[in-house]
Amino acid sequence: MQFTIEVGRYNSEGRYADTAKPGEPFPAPWNASPVRRYQTFTVDLPEHAVVLDALIAIREYQDPSLAVRCACRSAICGSCAMWINGHANLACKSKLAAFTKDGKTRVESPPSMPIIRDLVCDMKPFWDKHLAVRPWLENKQPVPPPDQEYRVPNSSMEELIQEVSCISCGACVMDCESFAVNPDFLGPQALAQAYRYVGDPRDDKTKERLAELSKPGGIWDCTHCFECVQQCPKGVAPLDQILKLRKMAVDAGFTHNAGTRHADAFAESVKHSGRLNELTLMPKSTGLFNIVGQLKTLPSAINMARAGKLPPLIHKAIPGVARIRKIFERVGGRFK
Amino acid sequence: MIADHDVIVLGAGLAGMRAALEAARLGADVAIVTKVHPIRSHSSAAQGGINAAIGETDSWESHAFDTIKGSDYLADQDAVEVMCREAPQDILEFEHMGVIFYRNDDGRLGTRAFGGASQARTYFVGDITGQALLVTLYDQILKAGVKVYEEWFATKLYMDGGACRGAVALEMVTGELHLLRAKAVVVASGGLGRLYEPSTNALICTGDGYSLAYRAGAPLMDMAMVQYHPTTLAGSGFLMTEAARGEGAYLLNSLGERFMKTYAPNKMELAARDVTSRAEATEIAQGRGIDGNVLLDLRHLGPDVILKKLPQIHEMALDYLGIDMIKEPVPVRPGMHYQMGGIRTDVEGATAIAGLYAAGEVACVSVHGGNRLGANSLLDTIIFGRRSGRASAGYAKGTLPSQGGEELLRSEQQRLEGLLARPYTGETCAGLRLELATMMDEKVGLYRSDAGLHEALEALRGFRKRYENVAVGDKSRVFNQALTFVLELEYLLDCGETIIRDALVRKESRGAHTHVDYPERNDREWLKHTILTFRRDGEEPEISHVPVTITRWQPEVRTY
Repeated sequence: MQFTIEVGRYNSEGRYADTAKPGEPFPAPWNASPVRRYQTFTVDLPEHAVVLDALIAIREYQDPSLAVRCACRSAICGSCAMWINGHANLACKSKLAAFTKDGKTRVESPPSMPIIRDLVCDMKPFWDKHLAVRPWLENKQPVPPPDQEYRVPNSSMEELIQEVSCISCGACVMDCESFAVNPDFLGPQALAQAYRYVGDPRDDKTKERLAELSKPGGIWDCTHCFECVQQCPKGVAPLDQILKLRKMAVDAGFTHNAGTRHADAFAESVKHSGRLNELTLMPKSTGLFNIVGQLKTLPSAINMARAGKLPPLIHKAIPGVARIRKIFERVGGRFK
Repeated sequence: MIADHDVIVLGAGLAGMRAALEAARLGADVAIVTKVHPIRSHSSAAQGGINAAIGETDSWESHAFDTIKGSDYLADQDAVEVMCREAPQDILEFEHMGVIFYRNDDGRLGTRAFGGASQARTYFVGDITGQALLVTLYDQILKAGVKVYEEWFATKLYMDGGACRGAVALEMVTGELHLLRAKAVVVASGGLGRLYEPSTNALICTGDGYSLAYRAGAPLMDMAMVQYHPTTLAGSGFLMTEAARGEGAYLLNSLGERFMKTYAPNKMELAARDVTSRAEATEIAQGRGIDGNVLLDLRHLGPDVILKKLPQIHEMALDYLGIDMIKEPVPVRPGMHYQMGGIRTDVEGATAIAGLYAAGEVACVSVHGGNRLGANSLLDTIIFGRRSGRASAGYAKGTLPSQGGEELLRSEQQRLEGLLARPYTGETCAGLRLELATMMDEKVGLYRSDAGLHEALEALRGFRKRYENVAVGDKSRVFNQALTFVLELEYLLDCGETIIRDALVRKESRGAHTHVDYPERNDREWLKHTILTFRRDGEEPEISHVPVTITRWQPEVRTY
């Protein structure tokens, strides 16, 4: 079956093969330039072939100068995450047929990462975040003697398989909306790994980890766009882990931050009137006595007013709000 | 650039990182050189588990006996003893590092059954055991602050005064060649699966370490022993873990029979891998296969066991064949999986070359002999990774810093420039690699014959000639994979040649080496290892033999 692939090419040097002869197995070399360009290839592959099959076929028999990271071909090593039709995916797990749109599949290095060459991006921002959450066990004392294991229930280990299944491919970070605008955000992969250790009964630093994660750049900087859940090829669902961390952090008393205030303001508004009071949400999230913080939000508020986007000044409760309050009572917790 | 370290480790899989961690703990200035990020290493693909005799009813002697019997008595029994005695302690150390091993109801580590084992002694994390160990070890490397030269491709070992004193490596991202000097070098670069098509191995398993060490003068041992795994996915050849059969899956032929009753009536599907693979091949050859495959049937295990304990292979069969193993059996066949042979080392990981150590699949201690048992390879990596880390750090302590080497760096630079300058002739690296690998699978695979092996040797000579005409289809410096593929192809040619040479001399059938002209095991003449030593380019390797070390288990007839 014929597939058409449009590949984002980039080479800072512009030095590609110059020895191939026309008519030989290699096509005439494509002249690279230090700007990203798209080059179209046609490959003949079985109908169930994946994007990586196409890239390997191109690299092996059409243009050996195509740079692409890959190793296991079976979604285990995490090498081949890239943008496929504008979203991060593993090339080895993406069926060409399913990803053919308007007769072609477009692959490129994710724009959210620095590019090195063709489909090879610089993963340093990703690994830096991974390291930042101190992703190793801080052993609960006493450590068992060398001939014994920690005795913990299997369910507590099984629960962590989801996070340990992370292959560090970076797909979640590549498509993270928050990371795209805030390079200080730890990002979905690192936070999922943070949960992997917070959730481990053998770890001794749960409180310290939660305190650290509650700071700016941590768990409260996620905007729930669900891209990480959708793009993760291994079902790690980083957002779910972030939400678990938030609950644990609040339960552990780490509430003096904009994130908790925002969540509280949200919940209080809904409990009070059955819907969100957008007018008070921002000031409450910032902290009512945080004068500097309040002043900083002023330009946004003015811009919103100019654009006619200010919420109504009078906030009315919905009919039957008493029943909403009952829901809060039933659920219990912080807002009952 | 020239950098100096006490110890450099080539490879960042389980063996390499374990060696580096141990050397770092002992105070050595250690650096890892790896052509891919550590997390991409192929150790992550090990699915089923890791063996140790921890349970009260188990003993290291029983584990050792199973391993030796599995090896078809070619393993060195002193080395097997070391591995099996130290297994419990090392696995528990990984548990303390944070590996989320499966537990029993009492919260203690639980096991599953595996092939060739007389007890259930395989410890595991779902079907991602290798990955679970690898990520935990990587995080320990981060914690210890070990230097990693990431995406650096080793092109040559630096030899000075008969000792190994470092390596030359290509930094992929810049295209610059560097000399990394060291007092000791540990080769832990993994296997050579790309020499066979198909193979369960990743595209990065190109035999780099075998060739680097061999050309530096370190002998290779028992290279003929290439394992075919009984259950690789039809078509793609991806691994379907032995844990499937460990959990109770059946192998069926086209008549729906559990055919293993004919070949291994006691152990059935859990016979050793060489036995099971040959049984499948026999069924297929006698017309009881299904399009060249047999069936792996897991349906009776139920969705709970499949989804909880074997989720990864469930997904792989679904992704790559569209088969839901909860509802349908999966077509599988024997496929090349593992190299038992390798760089000859002692139990400390030391090779015949001063300052050169090896561990993991690339090494041959030999604990696997003619056939490795499932779940013994992860064990091999962590035991002998640790030991070679300790030994190399100890050696480095008593050694003066490595010096010189500028000339080697220059000559390597020239060699690579020569490769880049080769004119294009129409010979492609990928085409030649595929021909080589297809030939190896056909003639040096599950079954070998005198005639086939001679043809293989002849073919290999031809490939070597044609290799001289392979041009590098990319002239860039930055991330030039076309260049590293050409270098890898030469590594593969060295591996292929030593495998064929060893297979040619071993006139018997033992373990993975099934010789149709000599179908019986011959202990009188062949209870010995083959040692292959590099002479010079274009010449045959020097071949010699050393006896197998027997401590307490005399060779017996091997039945399962």
